[in-house]
Amino acid sequence: MTESVFTLLSNRELAPTVFELKLQGDCSAITAPGQFVNIRLNGFYLRRPISVCDLEGDVLTLIFKVVGQGTGAMSRMHSGEKLDLLVGLGNGYDLTLCGERPVLMGGGAGVPPMYLLAKRLLERGVKPVMILGFNTRQEIFYEEEFRTLGAETYVATVDGSYGTKGFVTDVLGKLDYTHTCCCGPEPMLKAVYNASVTSGQYSFEERMGCGFGACMGCSCKTKYGNKRICKDGPVLVKEEIVW
Amino acid sequence: MVNTQVNLSGWTLDNPVIPASGTFGYGAEFAELYDINCLGTFSFKGTTLHARYGNETPRIAESASGMLNAVGLQNPGVEHVIEHELPELKRFFRKKVIANVSGFSLEEYVETARRLDEQEQVGLIEVNISCPNVHGGGMSFGTDPKAAAEVTAAVKKVCTKPVYIKLTPNVTDIASIAAACEDAGADGISMINTLLGMRIDARRRKPLLANVTGGLSGPAVFPVALRMVWQVYERVNIPIIGMGGVSSAADVIEMMLAGATAVQIGAANLVDPFVCRNIVEALPGLMEQYRIENLTDIIGGAHR
Repeated sequence: MTESVFTLLSNRELAPTVFELKLQGDCSAITAPGQFVNIRLNGFYLRRPISVCDLEGDVLTLIFKVVGQGTGAMSRMHSGEKLDLLVGLGNGYDLTLCGERPVLMGGGAGVPPMYLLAKRLLERGVKPVMILGFNTRQEIFYEEEFRTLGAETYVATVDGSYGTKGFVTDVLGKLDYTHTCCCGPEPMLKAVYNASVTSGQYSFEERMGCGFGACMGCSCKTKYGNKRICKDGPVLVKEEIVW
Repeated sequence: MVNTQVNLSGWTLDNPVIPASGTFGYGAEFAELYDINCLGTFSFKGTTLHARYGNETPRIAESASGMLNAVGLQNPGVEHVIEHELPELKRFFRKKVIANVSGFSLEEYVETARRLDEQEQVGLIEVNISCPNVHGGGMSFGTDPKAAAEVTAAVKKVCTKPVYIKLTPNVTDIASIAAACEDAGADGISMINTLLGMRIDARRRKPLLANVTGGLSGPAVFPVALRMVWQVYERVNIPIIGMGGVSSAADVIEMMLAGATAVQIGAANLVDPFVCRNIVEALPGLMEQYRIENLTDIIGGAHR
């Protein structure tokens, strides 16, 4: 983990209440897809943890959904602004567990970390299959970006307004795969856990104090003992998860 | 050259900067970031006789200039701390540490304190009778002068090292509790623990914290902590470790002027993991600016 100041290069709305930030700064502490950064915001005491979506040299891409006042303030930031970030937090996904044909699933605000994961897998010659889950057509983002990356991409919408009607698991059931990686709301993670027939990695979310393992604010129980979502997670392997 | 040394019941610290219990784990997370030997010392995570998971999540909520926590004393238990955390700590921390002790019964406080008192790496026992996030123990010992005195006397009896009692601000008259602890043999007072508070998630119409209530900390509580340290300093003759919202070298000076001999920094560590190192580095310059030669000279300085 490092603390460093980043400069905001751009801020754009990808879909209603979903924003993409591009930031320039020292990203050297990021060692795996699925890690996150913790952002200090003027006027807010606690930092805001946001997963890493993409990394290209010293340019970091973050995508977040506005869910409260902090993310609301982030959505109104302008390019040129300086931001204090803790970088390289959490364990991230283990690429070596993925096999030849992993399925990567993101639900809503859980889609972003799948981008760097897909990119890193493709760099290793592994061809992942993407399933992106959204509530409705208007909420969809990054479908084209995943296709441009070269990943086979499916979309599921709960209301059936685009792609497969239903959940990511409705697509998953029709595929052959070696492993699953997912990030999204807990009901989605649980559905994948129950529907998948292989090993998998699941990224969890929790309200955090510090984000680097000091405060015990985001603990969870696993079959391997108590873990901190921020430091020992956010990615847990399927066999250790306790619902 | 200014002198930042302070003395807690015979234990000389290089400076009064001490990360507070519950915000610094057992040191390892911060030792990855900087050499923590620059600190006066630190107070490790509140430790109980048996391992505890603590409360359900969410355990953390934000508030204006502060935060609420309801962790509920998650810790691996005293034997695990002695077997694993302390040997690990020895690899990167040369100084003695403050052992923060919690319990749910008099016997538990006594046994946990006794085990930690035996450890060579422990310089001082800090007895937490003020945790607002657990039931049937914790704060209930700290809200009644008689109960506070009982815990103090019992722990004192089995310890060879200085015993400091960590007090809760959630009382009408904190000075009378501090006085009861002093009368029962306490070597010092640590204060304050967090202030009981809560938040409600308006969308769900439910308390935000799984535990409903939590402890408020951060800059929001600094003036309250300062006032209480002031009041207790007027009443007792034992040293006070002051804490509550301290976030800068200037806050440290202010806390000492109110009567603190040393100062703990809590919530600020979570927001800025380098804050304690930065305070240690900033102190000498600020002392020069205020014409302070020896930091000990200003303890309680605002009372004179």
